[in-house]
Amino acid sequence: MFVRSPSSSRLQAALTLVPVAFVVLSVYVGGVLWAVGISFTRSSMLPNYRFAGFTQYINLFSNARWQVSLGNMALFAVIFIPVTLLIGYSMAAMINRGVRGENALRTIYLYPFAMSFIVTGLVWRWLLDPNFGIADVARKLSFENASFDWIVNADMAIFTIIIAAIWHSSGLVMVVLLAGLRGVDEDLWKAIRIEGIPAWKAHLYIIMPSIGASIATAMVLMSLTVVRMFDVVVAMTGGGPGIATDVPAKFIIDHMFERQQVGLASAAATTLLLLVLVIAVPLLYLKNRRKGAAQ
Amino acid sequence: MTTANAPAPVRRNALAAPLSRVLVYVLLIAAAIVALVPLYVMIVTAFKSMEEIRTGTLLSLPHAFSFEHWWKAWNSACTGLRCEGLKVGFVNSFLITIPSVVLAIAAGAITGYALSFWRVRFANVLFTVMLIGGFFPYQVLIYPLVRITSTIGIFNSLVGVIAIHVVFALPVVTLLFRNYFASIPIDLFKAARVDGAGYWRFFFSILLPMSVPMIAVAGILQVTFIWNDYIVGLVFGGINYAPMTVQLNNIVHSTYGEREYNVEMAATLLTSVIPLLVYFTSGRWFVRGVASGAVKG
Repeated sequence: MFVRSPSSSRLQAALTLVPVAFVVLSVYVGGVLWAVGISFTRSSMLPNYRFAGFTQYINLFSNARWQVSLGNMALFAVIFIPVTLLIGYSMAAMINRGVRGENALRTIYLYPFAMSFIVTGLVWRWLLDPNFGIADVARKLSFENASFDWIVNADMAIFTIIIAAIWHSSGLVMVVLLAGLRGVDEDLWKAIRIEGIPAWKAHLYIIMPSIGASIATAMVLMSLTVVRMFDVVVAMTGGGPGIATDVPAKFIIDHMFERQQVGLASAAATTLLLLVLVIAVPLLYLKNRRKGAAQ
Repeated sequence: MTTANAPAPVRRNALAAPLSRVLVYVLLIAAAIVALVPLYVMIVTAFKSMEEIRTGTLLSLPHAFSFEHWWKAWNSACTGLRCEGLKVGFVNSFLITIPSVVLAIAAGAITGYALSFWRVRFANVLFTVMLIGGFFPYQVLIYPLVRITSTIGIFNSLVGVIAIHVVFALPVVTLLFRNYFASIPIDLFKAARVDGAGYWRFFFSILLPMSVPMIAVAGILQVTFIWNDYIVGLVFGGINYAPMTVQLNNIVHSTYGEREYNVEMAATLLTSVIPLLVYFTSGRWFVRGVASGAVKG
């Protein structure tokens, strides 16, 4: 990849990177260290740099609203990721067999991803409206007692957000997995056909493992969606009813700006960051190692 | 399931066996309908009168097309204290999106170039830090960024919003360009060097003209992402530079009295027009961007 180059041009490349390095170091490194630092202080409205040990973390994890937020995120991950993966994979596998109108279908499946999460949340809020939404359609189709009030029901509201998110992300997962399926060796399909292996078995035990990289990419994308989930909650339920659909990202913003508990919010942000690193770093490591092996 | 000692069946696509072709089409079309229902409902609701919304159903077509709530959403709906409709946010979103995308692509392309062809010390360290930074949740960086931008006096200003967008877009765009430049034959670079092309000359005269497809892919993705952004605009735009998404959410959540669903859906559609237009006119580029791992992967 690299060639030896006259040092003047190389110097210019280095000079180009100086401002970039300055921004990256001050924002991504400096910013994170600052945020983590604040989480170990008593900062409330204004930063206060007196060391407070793990006080904010102890307060955080005994905070009922944070516990609800974390629980919602876990529930979200456990349902959203497998369901979206299943839908995305099924669509990709069916399209991969070669169907008419493939481009049109792909375009339709992916368009929700081009919409903002605010729009997604507002549309689904309207679709699931207990009075005029889908429940009303069912009632007027002579199911007179039909009711669907999940969105205003504290126990069920989180599921309505999960439904909206699945709608938003399935097409993306389909595109990522289809790209993987297109790369599967033709001979593998032939071998499966000759051996007469049942389709579900072939997909589960042969095809899926051979597109492991695409599945990993899709999983990381979905995990990041889960961790960052904020806009869709704000638009759909505002975290309600009560705090029933609160999520960590919203907890952080609310405590930072409205409740002005910067220390507590920073402790929550640091926790979220650790979660993201646990997800992202192994993937980056794997990708680099694979590239290294290919060279 | 076929057993090993059964007579060999007529040779067919084993993977296709359990699902007949018809069933595949039925499932694919059903999925397409589910994907389209929200868009359909948005459109029909936006054209109905409130009377029709109450008496008809969610899915029924509007009888008499009425446009006044489109006008209201655009021109006079209340976004908090001000009642000037979404048009203010529309202008703001343009003012934010265009410079942010142009600057992010310029910065990402130049950074990708400096990282690709030149053996710069610590370049790989820098790139790794950027890649990991690209995964950070915004929430972690928001407080430090609020402090930094207010210290240098760009908090709650257009410049501030744009600067934050560019910083957040930099890792992805750099990654895209670095990968793209890695696919360019090294001999081209060597030949240009032999012919005496300098550092910037090679970039502007040779590399950039070859990068038009990548610029399109990155541009389309970033226009969509930045137009759709909520949190950066919410935190850094203040009241004066709130983008369309923020104003839309305010319109829907700050109504007192009876909710006007038709105004809400007209406003929602208006906010999606630009990304949908970009998507449907350039879908393949968008797909390419996504499929080539553009989404921070």
